[in-house]
Amino acid sequence: MNKRLFALLSVLVLASMVLAACGGAPAAATYECADALGCVKVAPDEPVHVAYWGVLSGADGSLGEDSKRGVEIAIEDLGGKFQGHDILLTTEDALCTPEGGATAATKLAADTSIVGLIGSSCSDETVGGVATLTNAGLTTISPSNTRPVLTDPARGPDYAGYLRTAHSDAFQGKAVAEFAYNVLKVTKAATIHDGSAYAQALQQVFADEFTAMGGTIVAQEAVAKDATDMGPVLTTVSAAGPEFVYFPVFVAAGGYIAAQIRDVAGLETVAIAGSDGIFTADFLKAGGANTEGMYLSSPDFGLFPGGYATFVEKHNAKYGGAPLSVFHAHAYDATNILFTALEKVAVVEADGTIYVPRQALRDAIYATKDFQGITGTLACSASGDCGAPVIAIYEIVNSDAAAWNPQDTANPNPKKIYP
Amino acid sequence: MMRTSFGERVTDWAVSGFLWGFRILIILIVVLGTFLTIRAGKYTSEQWIDFVVSGISQGSIYALIALGYTMVYGILRMINFAHGEIFMTGAFGGYFLATWLTGIGFMDKYPAIGFISAILFAMLISALIAMLVERIAYRPLRGAPRLVPLISAIGASFFLQYTFRGFFGPGVYAYPRIKALDGDWAIFGVEILKVKIIVIVAALLMMAILYYIVMFTKMGKAMRAVSENKDVAALMGIDVNRIIVTTFALGAAMAGAAGVLYSLIFRQVGFFMGFTPGIKAFTAAVLGGIGNIPGAMVGGLVLGILESVGPALFLESVGIDRPYQLKDAIAYIMLVMILLFRPSGILGERISKKA
Repeated sequence: MNKRLFALLSVLVLASMVLAACGGAPAAATYECADALGCVKVAPDEPVHVAYWGVLSGADGSLGEDSKRGVEIAIEDLGGKFQGHDILLTTEDALCTPEGGATAATKLAADTSIVGLIGSSCSDETVGGVATLTNAGLTTISPSNTRPVLTDPARGPDYAGYLRTAHSDAFQGKAVAEFAYNVLKVTKAATIHDGSAYAQALQQVFADEFTAMGGTIVAQEAVAKDATDMGPVLTTVSAAGPEFVYFPVFVAAGGYIAAQIRDVAGLETVAIAGSDGIFTADFLKAGGANTEGMYLSSPDFGLFPGGYATFVEKHNAKYGGAPLSVFHAHAYDATNILFTALEKVAVVEADGTIYVPRQALRDAIYATKDFQGITGTLACSASGDCGAPVIAIYEIVNSDAAAWNPQDTANPNPKKIYP
Repeated sequence: MMRTSFGERVTDWAVSGFLWGFRILIILIVVLGTFLTIRAGKYTSEQWIDFVVSGISQGSIYALIALGYTMVYGILRMINFAHGEIFMTGAFGGYFLATWLTGIGFMDKYPAIGFISAILFAMLISALIAMLVERIAYRPLRGAPRLVPLISAIGASFFLQYTFRGFFGPGVYAYPRIKALDGDWAIFGVEILKVKIIVIVAALLMMAILYYIVMFTKMGKAMRAVSENKDVAALMGIDVNRIIVTTFALGAAMAGAAGVLYSLIFRQVGFFMGFTPGIKAFTAAVLGGIGNIPGAMVGGLVLGILESVGPALFLESVGIDRPYQLKDAIAYIMLVMILLFRPSGILGERISKKA
């Protein structure tokens, strides 16, 4: 018995040694990962995994869905493949809140197969989730965050893995202030924000620029993001006597303000304006008839290079309608920047295995220069700003949500009026 | 008493001292803020009336929803957390009928009939869905410990929300404008929005009808009997199940009407719209004394007026920046305050009697 067992064991040991030797030979030639943040290994039969995180549900769902479509079209234009591997896109709903961003980031950071990310939609989501992603060695490019400090040179090490193709609101707030002061010739303005990272910073930029030009900010109010009864806050605004009311908030609160502002004594005919957070047909649905004649700032689609028109055609054919919001093109560019950088740093083995060194990928994205995108020629700064900001002011000419089509050349709604 | 050590007594003193400090601090802020605001004279009396009317119209909607919480609590000792969603289904029902009536031009020709039929339709939808929820989610759990139907209610709430999301999408719909309700009416020389007056009048009327049903009809008498003691009521020949279903249906009908009134003022309908008003109405029901019908009405109005007037009246002038962000905080701090002084709510019965 014992002898037989011994024989069996020795055969097994011998066999495993032989197998180990056979298996070991190619292993010696394998790429040794020396990257500071480690490498993502994609086996020959595995897809290259990228992720999109942003708001996909709730009142602001269109904002994130619009960007997601940009990512999908970009992947389609790459043929759905990278180095012969399928590209896998997973999405995570970040709910347009800091908590939602933190949850989404934690979930994505736990998935070690992810190579790079596109997102988030709302600046709040980034505030909540960026540290988790950066510390997991990941890099994300946001097509849609506009809060200025996100790409401030003093933004801190938590933001090392964060870049954006969207404009900073330093540009957007200034454009609105110039429009109000120089074109509408108003001198007294009021702002309302909803406490979000986006709205709070944007109305402040506007207020600072407007004051610097010589105007007066007569009231700066704020509401909760889920507030519905705007009568009291608008009465307070009205008591200050503004000629121009700027509320760069999101769809829900923006809709309630627009729907109720004309009922408040003193604000019946005052000029009203919002920004890219409500540049969507959903806002017309929420705000109703009062949105007609309202001003909205947004990236200037008319100044996007030629590739944009082709993109819109593809988009409208694929999804059966005009883009939902403003950042689809920025998402398309962000995705292409990610894959261009990936192309540069990915190490491809003879058997098809891909190694992606994470720090090298991050560096390659930051090194992006003269990138011919559909939002302009892009270059990333050391603090993560890749966008080529061109802001325009649009006017809503028809409050019917079905008539929303700012990209239309013959009959655009909203229509660009400045500059 | 033996176990009450010195340390525990000190802790007790510290806690009650903190609570008294809290009460005094809040009262001081309110009094000081009010005084400073009135002295500063930033708002005209018309604007103050606007604040109050805004508060009453919002408050009467809270009150209508709060009735459903309080009636169901009175009869089953259970918090029906799906009630906010019942309100939402009513708003959707009213939205679809009103949109259709506006589309065929009926609403412009006969606004009164159109408006009333939207309310009735919303009440019907809400009542039907509430009866269904009661049958499926609550009745099978009637004998179970109290927490079980509570969890079931939260589940029903999510189920309704996401069913509506599935059918009608995550976006919001703009409620059609009833042209006859545009503009103002002058009441004692003050211009007040027609729609707010209509909402307040309609809500008060609904509450009066409900109060009549509960206090002066046979059905109401049976409801009160079941609320007092289910077993004895059953022995007296009252069909307890039927009474419970009726209670759910009545409460839901109020919420459905509230849904239409709410969308008349705020002009938006969406799947998530029931959540915040639901929580606020629950707060109103507790504020007024849960289980007590006039209490729910008073609680709703008090909450609405405090929310609307509070930021301008006593937060702005004590140097609090952007006071409207603290609207919800005012509502809940007032809840804490009232419960500190009157643990059973403004019109609530003494707890000892119930226990």
